[in-house]
Amino acid sequence: MSEAITLRYTVPGDDFTRAGEASADVKRNLKRMGVDREAVRKAAIALYEGEINLAIHAGGGEITVTLTPDTIVMLLEDHGPGIPDISLAMSEGWSTAPDEVRSLGFGAGMGLPNMKKYSDRFDIQSTVGVGTTIRMEVDLA
Amino acid sequence: MKICEILAVLNARLLTPDADLEVDVHAACGSDMMSDVLAYVKDQGVLLTGLNNPQVVRTADMMDMVCIVFVRGKMPGEAILELAAARDIAVLTTDQTMFSACGLLYEKGLRGGTSHV
Ligand SMILES: Nc1ncnc2c1ncn2[C@@H]1O[C@H](COP(=O)(O)OP(=O)(O)O)[C@@H](O)[C@H]1O
Ligand SMILES: [Mg+2]
Repeated sequence: MSEAITLRYTVPGDDFTRAGEASADVKRNLKRMGVDREAVRKAAIALYEGEINLAIHAGGGEITVTLTPDTIVMLLEDHGPGIPDISLAMSEGWSTAPDEVRSLGFGAGMGLPNMKKYSDRFDIQSTVGVGTTIRMEVDLA
Repeated sequence: MKICEILAVLNARLLTPDADLEVDVHAACGSDMMSDVLAYVKDQGVLLTGLNNPQVVRTADMMDMVCIVFVRGKMPGEAILELAAARDIAVLTTDQTMFSACGLLYEKGLRGGTSHV
């Protein structure tokens, strides 16, 4: 593989049942391209948590996944409310998710910690009232 | 433990008729919080849950899990079953509670599995 391959998705902000479709598609595509299984799994889990966050916290957003010869690069961008205190948001168990989200199985405050844990490089930028951008990289074995 | 053994131990019902019941399950996870499930990688796992929505299948798919057991007699809808069947994930339902279902499988030797990333 000499050129980078890019996959783009728009995540809706009003349909929780569809959240995860982009991550599932990324996983399917990367698997089909023969990308290392463990790297695909790590990337898919991290991306899935990010996709759920776009749907429940940000009113939707954009996902761009780029496969280079040695890395899976995942960019999540939204124009949602932003995060006032990033280090607090990054701590395990901290969540502003309403009860209805919790009753759907999310909102345990483990999403951002999981995303960081499963990626080899993790960067989050957020401005209140403007939006949030997260960049995650998973190295291929 | 094979999926057919899980079926028998939990006196469960198979909801995805085309599933391969000879597939080996190496680890189990019981939770209604999907992020907890996503926090630990378990190879060839089974997910036991009382949660009934499509994110259960998405989570199992992301984790490369091979089987989902709905406890307390939960009946997933058609959309959930189709999603699971398309990913070769066997779906079972049992009248057992979460606690009892996990206990019964543990008793038969199935463990939590802790292989970290
Ligand atoms: N894209 C986002 N836009 C705005 N807020 C976010 C976003 N992602 C996460 N957050 C905030 O960070 C908190 C922690 O996120 P996370 O660890 O994924 O836990 P959870 O989603 O279970 O609440 C969320 O409850 C929310 O307040
Ligand atoms: Mg989250």
